[in-house]
Amino acid sequence: MAKANLEVPELQPYLEIPEVVPGVMAHSRPFVAKPDHQEPLGFPGELVDDWQNKAIAKFGDLLGRYRSLQVYMDACVKCGSCTDKCHYYIGTKDPKNMPVGRQDLMRKVYRRYFTLPGKWFPKLVGAEDLTKEVLDDWYSYFHQCSQCRRCSVFCPYGIDTAEISMAAREIMDHIGVGQKYCNEIIGKVYKIGNNLGLPGPALRDTLEGLEEDVYDDTGVKVRYPIDKVGAEILLVTPSADFFAEPHVDGLVGYGKVFHEAGVSWTLSTHASEAANFGMFIGSYENMRRVSQRIREAAIQLKVKRIVFGECGHAWRVAYSFLNTLAGPWDFLDPRYPVPQHICEFTHDLIQQGKLNLDKSQNDDMVLTYHDSCNVARASRMGPTPGGQFDIPRAVIQAVCNHFHDMDEETIRERTFCCGGGGGLLTDDLMELRVKGALPRMTALNNVMQEKGVTHMAAICAICKSQFTKVLPYYGMEMEQIVSVHQLVSNAIVLTPGEDDDLDDEDEEEDDDESADDED
Amino acid sequence: MSFLTVVYASLFYLAVLILLVGLVNKIAQYARTPAPLKIPTTPAPVTKGGVVFRLVREVVLFESLFKGNKWTWLFGWIFHFGLLLVTLRHLRYFMDPVWLPIELIQPFGIYGGMAMVVGLVGLWGRRFLVNRVRYITGPSDHLILALLIGIGLTGLGMTFVVHVDVVSVKQFFLGLLSFHIQPLPADPLLLLHLLLVAILMIVFPYSKLLHAPGLFFSPTRNQVDNPREERHLAPWARRLEQ
Ligand code: HEM
Ligand code: SF4
Ligand code: SF4
Repeated sequence: MAKANLEVPELQPYLEIPEVVPGVMAHSRPFVAKPDHQEPLGFPGELVDDWQNKAIAKFGDLLGRYRSLQVYMDACVKCGSCTDKCHYYIGTKDPKNMPVGRQDLMRKVYRRYFTLPGKWFPKLVGAEDLTKEVLDDWYSYFHQCSQCRRCSVFCPYGIDTAEISMAAREIMDHIGVGQKYCNEIIGKVYKIGNNLGLPGPALRDTLEGLEEDVYDDTGVKVRYPIDKVGAEILLVTPSADFFAEPHVDGLVGYGKVFHEAGVSWTLSTHASEAANFGMFIGSYENMRRVSQRIREAAIQLKVKRIVFGECGHAWRVAYSFLNTLAGPWDFLDPRYPVPQHICEFTHDLIQQGKLNLDKSQNDDMVLTYHDSCNVARASRMGPTPGGQFDIPRAVIQAVCNHFHDMDEETIRERTFCCGGGGGLLTDDLMELRVKGALPRMTALNNVMQEKGVTHMAAICAICKSQFTKVLPYYGMEMEQIVSVHQLVSNAIVLTPGEDDDLDDEDEEEDDDESADDED
Repeated sequence: MSFLTVVYASLFYLAVLILLVGLVNKIAQYARTPAPLKIPTTPAPVTKGGVVFRLVREVVLFESLFKGNKWTWLFGWIFHFGLLLVTLRHLRYFMDPVWLPIELIQPFGIYGGMAMVVGLVGLWGRRFLVNRVRYITGPSDHLILALLIGIGLTGLGMTFVVHVDVVSVKQFFLGLLSFHIQPLPADPLLLLHLLLVAILMIVFPYSKLLHAPGLFFSPTRNQVDNPREERHLAPWARRLEQ
């Protein structure tokens, strides 16, 4: 992997909050979407005529549809509490990467067009026309927000800059200025079913390969079924799980957990992607359309439960929005929450003593855990608040002997983003990604020095991909990032099934109702 | 009736009108605008009672600000608590006889006035001393602090330096309430104090002072964390359901 040539911040024992250096990241902009990327999502192909008026009209429309946006435009008192909380500010020193600095890019336009003082005394209240320069700033800086919501934790009014970035991206999409990375990917989901554009036959191949690998490794036949009608559980997982390291090791782990649970399960080619980039671009309509695939797959495959694999923003959409976007789920088994997180599922089994775990299998690692933003600050696991912190840690500690948390100021609700979330996981934003990772890298480095930690586990496909890419910039190894279910997979002692001495493989598509052959 | 009295009486009627109409409008706008998605900042309460408790902690203790910045929290809290005491103390100008709790609070109201100014000076200081806060501060942010400090200092001035005829002031305000205008003493410090207060009332619904009602409508703070249990659908989103 080629490392781009850029200035990597040096790791210090303490995070330093820099003084502002205006404009240093103004050059950072992701590639603009081409008409081919825009149109399948219902957006104009390029900058429309009369774009100012159309942008303001869309802005007005969103103000009427989102209370968050309306209240957050008004409520900020410039107290400064959020100013030192954003990893992109800490890593880049650009004041427009302070959450309030970012919001103000939009607020100044709001004040100009939607408030009396902004119309009458623009200078006094910092109101500005929506000019081409302002639009350029929007494009730059609203693509330097990973929508991690760390700022919203510390704001006295809970102002969530993610909401504002989403609205800004939605407005820009509607005047034809979209971001290539996100919009192209959403197009792939519509056309092929997943972000990576992996067609059904490729998925089937991969899964068969996994079955063989696990059999070679363990001598136990663990199934990785896809499109199996009548399975009890539909697993929806990020497409990175199908091939990339360390993601795929997580998928191997899910399969082993289901095997031990003795439940039948299936993936779906139609919903072969948990990710929902519709959220990143702030488009309710696209987010809804992407979510509907899961409903369709659940109906088509006649499943009773839905479980999500390890993916941060996908879990936010699943946990917080899926009921709204694709519910009601009255056709599923009411005894289980819809959807469930794979960590909830595994944790339940551990609690019931149904998993035979050999912790020593992970003794070659000393672990820490990275709370992914969307899991930490935008969702929950289990019945009580904070379960999203405790359950993954409980799972890790059930399968590993050596675990140490990073600095309290950088975990749980205060966790720092990996630097690549929110639709920024693209090579054209490499400088931003490396610099934005600084706070997390600092905390990781410290726990490595102090506690001898060797690996960091995460439950987010974006975090894992981002760290794989960014760790080497900070002098660490890309293999240091692992999936939580990779650890589970290592520790789990499989129960041999009846068919483990049989040679012939059953055709998965044929055995519609019976899933008993799993164990 | 003196010209001055007429001007000030009109000014206060106008200020009250703008404050009430402006605030009611804003609150109606916030209440009317749907929050189409569940976005509480988690960990969040899973019951309505829990949400009320979370909001009370935000209003009374400034809990999130405490997590974010201790200095701002300290000065901000001192200022607001002072402001609260001062406001309560001023209620005596609007009632006759004076309600006992308001009677009891009078001496604390004076400390409140001092606390308010101290807090404001601290907050203003941060706007010059902290590089990041200086960057986000605009002219209107300075002006509102100047306005509030002005109100505080003119108020304290009347308490400690040049005393005014508070009995007549009370008659003036009771008169305003019953629409029988009474003369206002033409004391420069008093006139300045009242002018600044009227300006504060007028700018309230058009400025960042909307943070006060805004907090109660902030979806990241006022939503119950129960999206898996209950379907949450905005009216405009329901129309997409066909
Ligand atoms: C529900 C009631 C209120 C709550 C919960 C509240 C809360 C807050 C908080 C947390 C801050 C940020 C910290 C700070 O800078 O002090 C703040 C700032 C401020 N508040 Fe309030 N407030 C309320 C009502 C009011 C009222 C009624 C006024 C004025 C008449 C006011 C005036 C201000 C001003 C001027 C600031 C900005 C201070 C600065 O420039 O640093 N607040 N408020
Ligand atoms: S949401 Fe995260 S990335 Fe965006 S401004 Fe807030 S802290 Fe920064
Ligand atoms: S913490 Fe909230 S109110 Fe304070 S400056 Fe940031 S966004 Fe504005």
